[in-house]
Amino acid sequence: MASQAMVTSRPLVALAGNPNTGKSTLFNRLTGSRVRVGNYPGVTTDRRSGLLQIEVREPLELLDVPGTYSLVSRSAEEQVAIDALLGLGKNRRPDLVIVCVDATQLLRNLYLVLQLQEMGLRLLVALTMVDEAGDLLPPPSYLEAALGCRVIPVAVPREIGVSDLIEGIETELSTPSPEPRWCFGPSAKLRMDLDAVLPHLPADWPQLEALALWALMSIDSGDELANIPEDLRLSVRNRERPGLEIDDEVIEARYRWLDREIGPLLRGHPPRTWTGRVDRVLLHPVWGFAAFILVMFLLFQSLFSWSDPVITGIERLFASGGMGLAAVLGPGILTDFLVDGVIGGVGSVLVFLPQILLLFFFLGLMEDSGYLARIAYLMDRIMRTMKLHGRAFVPLLSGFACAIPAIMATRTMERRRDRLLTMMVVPLMTCSARLPVYTLIIASLFPPTLVWGFIPIQPALMVGMYLFSVTTALLAAWVLSKTVLQAGESALILELPPYRLPRIKDVVNMMWERARYFLSEAGTMILVCTIVLWALLSFPKHPYVDEPGLVVSATSDVTLQRHRQGEALRRSYGGQLGRFLEPVIAPLGFDWKIGIGLIGAFAAREVFVSTMGIVYNVGSEANEKSTTLREAIRGETRADGKPLYTPLTGLSLLIFFALACQCLSTLAVVRRETGSLRWTGFLLFYMSSLAWISSFAVYQGGRLLGFG
Amino acid sequence: MRPLSNIPLHESAFLSRVGGERSFRRRLMEMGFVPGTEVRIVNVAPLGDPLELEIRHSRISIRRREAEHLLVSP
Repeated sequence: MASQAMVTSRPLVALAGNPNTGKSTLFNRLTGSRVRVGNYPGVTTDRRSGLLQIEVREPLELLDVPGTYSLVSRSAEEQVAIDALLGLGKNRRPDLVIVCVDATQLLRNLYLVLQLQEMGLRLLVALTMVDEAGDLLPPPSYLEAALGCRVIPVAVPREIGVSDLIEGIETELSTPSPEPRWCFGPSAKLRMDLDAVLPHLPADWPQLEALALWALMSIDSGDELANIPEDLRLSVRNRERPGLEIDDEVIEARYRWLDREIGPLLRGHPPRTWTGRVDRVLLHPVWGFAAFILVMFLLFQSLFSWSDPVITGIERLFASGGMGLAAVLGPGILTDFLVDGVIGGVGSVLVFLPQILLLFFFLGLMEDSGYLARIAYLMDRIMRTMKLHGRAFVPLLSGFACAIPAIMATRTMERRRDRLLTMMVVPLMTCSARLPVYTLIIASLFPPTLVWGFIPIQPALMVGMYLFSVTTALLAAWVLSKTVLQAGESALILELPPYRLPRIKDVVNMMWERARYFLSEAGTMILVCTIVLWALLSFPKHPYVDEPGLVVSATSDVTLQRHRQGEALRRSYGGQLGRFLEPVIAPLGFDWKIGIGLIGAFAAREVFVSTMGIVYNVGSEANEKSTTLREAIRGETRADGKPLYTPLTGLSLLIFFALACQCLSTLAVVRRETGSLRWTGFLLFYMSSLAWISSFAVYQGGRLLGFG
Repeated sequence: MRPLSNIPLHESAFLSRVGGERSFRRRLMEMGFVPGTEVRIVNVAPLGDPLELEIRHSRISIRRREAEHLLVSP
């Protein structure tokens, strides 16, 4: 509590501005590495704050407000800006707002400044990108005089103006702020509407006319705002003038003022020669797509192959650490818990790190250079036929490596609906954890022969599984957008900023922030789930009684050991659950032993392979290439003596693994990123139902046709 | 007055009316698309949509369908 009180008593400075104005760069420069990342109340929008050290006084808290073109909002995510800047709801009202204004885009950026002035906020304008504007930059003193607010030019990469800005913050906090020159004068009709709405603003909001205007422009029958009292909604709905007329009057008045007062100060704009040249290649019908495929191939290759040695290293490290500990502690339940539960669990969280770091490194480079916006531009035509956002392409592609970083990458989209839709279909992509399962099933049950004389059946099936996953993901997106995520499909407004050289510092910063966020938020949940799953498959411990005759016939200790291991698993809660589930999965061609494998696969799909190894008494170290495991699978029979695994069972199992949401970590991350148990439950439910129905159709349909 | 989507590539025109759904046109206007402003199509995405527009020295991309609601005059 004491530390809480200390934090809240610090002066709060908010950093606001349009997107692509170098706001995050400035934030990182001012706060260094002392940054805290969380979410704004009620939404999953990053809330970054950090301490700004100033020589003569106590440190200030600096808050990075998400980039926005305007305070007027249509969704809870956009509302974050006004809530944070005015201290609405659970937010603390900032003592000062620094507005980042792109010197090469003055008029549009100053539009936001006018809105902030109307709200009566104490402002300081940080004029960024002054190095790009060069001689074309109007003298800051002229701008100060025209706006009635301090203007300080900065260029962080060249260390220009940073100390002036810090000094300026200090002066602004201790001296009365200048009177803004802009003042919105509403028409008589609008005045009446404002007077009607003003008394209905919530009591804990500042009673500002500008907030009544915000309500008139933001609240509508189709908005997705949060925490708007019904009383306020009603007063807005009863307004005299149509919303469109209000929008026209207000927005045009602000731009008229800007064109009149600021326009004459402009001395021209830096030409886009450099950006134009790059765009001629990167947006070219042939070269543009070639470059796009190359970039995406690099990204995919890095996630899929380059991260592999690190992942294997982490797995080995934790395995040998566990064995070392086991050797020291000796056998026992506590050892099992520490080694298999805790150490194994921590390892299962950390294996995601290499891919998360790599993906966010690439995303940071693409975002900061301006290429991510071009991807959305290039892919919009294709993605929108599936009702997906153009930016959903990178998360979907990353889903081929792993759904966890892919789901985290959906934050590059601003709208909740676009994020949700992408998150709901990413887990359908063939992630790398499915590959060992596919390999085992295909190699065990399908002959290495050619169909129709020229197609090798095993590789063809593998390719087929990839095509199947892409098709189902896109179809699922289309169906979801027509049903549960139908509302609020919106038009595209995409800024194509000039290309800029990304600052590696900012990119690395963001990468670590995301990794830390994953560990603290989703990591703990994955760890707990892994331990629960471990307990399920390890308890109860039965005094083991060897099958009669087995001890005699066992050729070695190893065989005996494996039989005991298998028996323990088959008798565990997980094993009992497998038997309990058998009636449910029998119509798909699966027996209770496969059921145990499916339960084990919740830890990660590839665990299916080692679980089946234990179930079939060939040991937990069996992998997808193990011939003994393949033979054990081929040798399994049903009660009537027929083989359990026919190619038809195999196909049914492949389909099941392609569609089922068998991954606790995915669910944990979706829970964090949606902030909603309902959406997490929906994902589990719809994927499981889809998997069951499809496998059922394949297996029963195949049997009707006389296969298997 | 013609829809912006019918204006040839690179030909300048002046916005006279911004139409379309309320939140879309409001956001567009707030980004500087107010009547009287000069606008031109500078590029079309390789697959025919969306369009890249130049307005007030910045580049904003919108789809053809929405560009039909932006009326311009020469």
